[in-house]
Amino acid sequence: MIVHQISIFIENKSGTLLRVLELFKENRIQLIASTISDTVEYGIYRVICSEPVRAYEVLKKAGISANLSDVFAIMLDNHPGRAADAVRHISAEGIAFSYLYSFMLGGKGILVFRTDDTEQTKKVICEKQLAALDDEALLSLGNADDTEGK
Amino acid sequence: MYLHKELETLTRSEIECLQLERLKKTIDRCMQSPFYRKRFAEHHIRPDDIRTLDDLYKLPFTTKQDLRDNYPFGLSTVPLSEVVRLHSSSGTTGTPTVILHTQRDLDEWANAVARCLYMVGLRPGDIFQNSSGYGMFTGGLGFQYGAERLGMLTVPAAAGNTKRQIKFITDFGTTALHAIPSYAGRLYEVMTEMGIDPRRDTKLRTLIIGAEPHSEEQRKRIENMLGVKAYNSFGMSEMCGPGVAFECPEQNGLHIWEDYYIVEIVDPQTLEPVREGEVGELVLTTINREAMPLLRYRTRDLTRILPGECPCGRHHKRLDRMKGRSDDMMILKGVNIFPIQIETVLMQFEELGNDYLITLTNEEANDLMTVEVELKAFSDDYPKLQALTREITRQLKDEILLTPVVKLVPKGSLPKSEGKAVRVRDLRKTLV
Repeated sequence: MIVHQISIFIENKSGTLLRVLELFKENRIQLIASTISDTVEYGIYRVICSEPVRAYEVLKKAGISANLSDVFAIMLDNHPGRAADAVRHISAEGIAFSYLYSFMLGGKGILVFRTDDTEQTKKVICEKQLAALDDEALLSLGNADDTEGK
Repeated sequence: MYLHKELETLTRSEIECLQLERLKKTIDRCMQSPFYRKRFAEHHIRPDDIRTLDDLYKLPFTTKQDLRDNYPFGLSTVPLSEVVRLHSSSGTTGTPTVILHTQRDLDEWANAVARCLYMVGLRPGDIFQNSSGYGMFTGGLGFQYGAERLGMLTVPAAAGNTKRQIKFITDFGTTALHAIPSYAGRLYEVMTEMGIDPRRDTKLRTLIIGAEPHSEEQRKRIENMLGVKAYNSFGMSEMCGPGVAFECPEQNGLHIWEDYYIVEIVDPQTLEPVREGEVGELVLTTINREAMPLLRYRTRDLTRILPGECPCGRHHKRLDRMKGRSDDMMILKGVNIFPIQIETVLMQFEELGNDYLITLTNEEANDLMTVEVELKAFSDDYPKLQALTREITRQLKDEILLTPVVKLVPKGSLPKSEGKAVRVRDLRKTLV
């Protein structure tokens, strides 16, 4: 029920982001989702991609500061209010979100997040039968998307 | 524990007696140098005027500019046919300078270095790897000859090519290494990348570090990383090179060999002696040199003499670790700051790596200091990074009384030099 996210420590200098993306391109690693926020001093670029472990090795070999972390990815039906339902279940247990981002994949809404209590969150996901994806499920959803596109 | 027991254990009065005798000889010798003959005439000094050690104060200072102005041979006291070695500074800050040596000078230099290395426990049978630049840089040949004089198997590995250095360390069973402190950190990083544990996979136990000012915290860090004892070495090409002052096993101050040098600490502005134990510019007079003696040479290095006796039994004065160069001092908003103060604070943080860069800028009349420092391990946690940044800023402010801008940067993103690391960039525009 966990997906791997790569967090890359990048300087707010032009070129660093491009370098990461080009490394992915050269190594045929596909981005599924990514996010970066606008802080002045430093940036953390968070990436969900195909083959996260290999992607992490590629970055490390290139001398780029990165780490691999576990995040939750919940799949939602494409209807208004589904995100609210999912978040409500988790918040109801007094769990706080550290960060959250979302995107659409294969006609489904995907909610990626980390909380301050991973174990408790897992419990809620099981009890409330939320559709938590793993790396493989996420990737196949993405590939289905690709086929539909053709 | 002493290589030259008699000289190393001289009492204070014996040292002073020897110094006076050697100073007089040096002054006589200086009369053979065109530069000093002229200088003495200008100041109406005759060799007979120097009767006690205090008479030294009658002599004018010698500066690096004097060496430049008399480049290349103007300070020589012997014909060139008696000179067997020449070392020259790089001249990056102006005309190069030259230091000349007779065969006896080289012998005495090797003796001084051998004395230092013996003092920290090195013996024949040790394998000494010298990861210092060779050629004109005196840390190369200086340690080479000193280590050979002591009778160690000496590996002239020279600077750079870190993987090869590590191969030498493991293949030859290197027990002692000389490197600049920033390079010791680099060695450890590369060893880690190569899967080598310095404690388990190498026989290293002694590290000689010098040539760059570094803090006690950085020394401890190096010792912990590599599983060694690290001893501070001080030297400068104008005084031969390495072997001027060196830490004993107490690791509390560097004994300066007073049978080679007369030591003064002066206020860099007024040039008056500072009070005992106060920080000032180190001024040295060579009293055991033939080809090119220097009288009251202003080293630009800032330090102080540690008060009290050293338990090691040597009465040669102890210099505190170098506080930097009088040229390195930064003045921000009227406050004097040395890079070593910043380093001392940064090295206390587990989370930070060894490399940092201080940048000075100004906007209108306002000086601004930015401290970039590499994160050792990166954590995907903004609040933690922000808290760390705030804590570093607070501690730096306590130390330097100004609030710098602290930036955490990824490992490997700061310029890394295999020679002396660049720690300060001054981009301030001079206001007219």
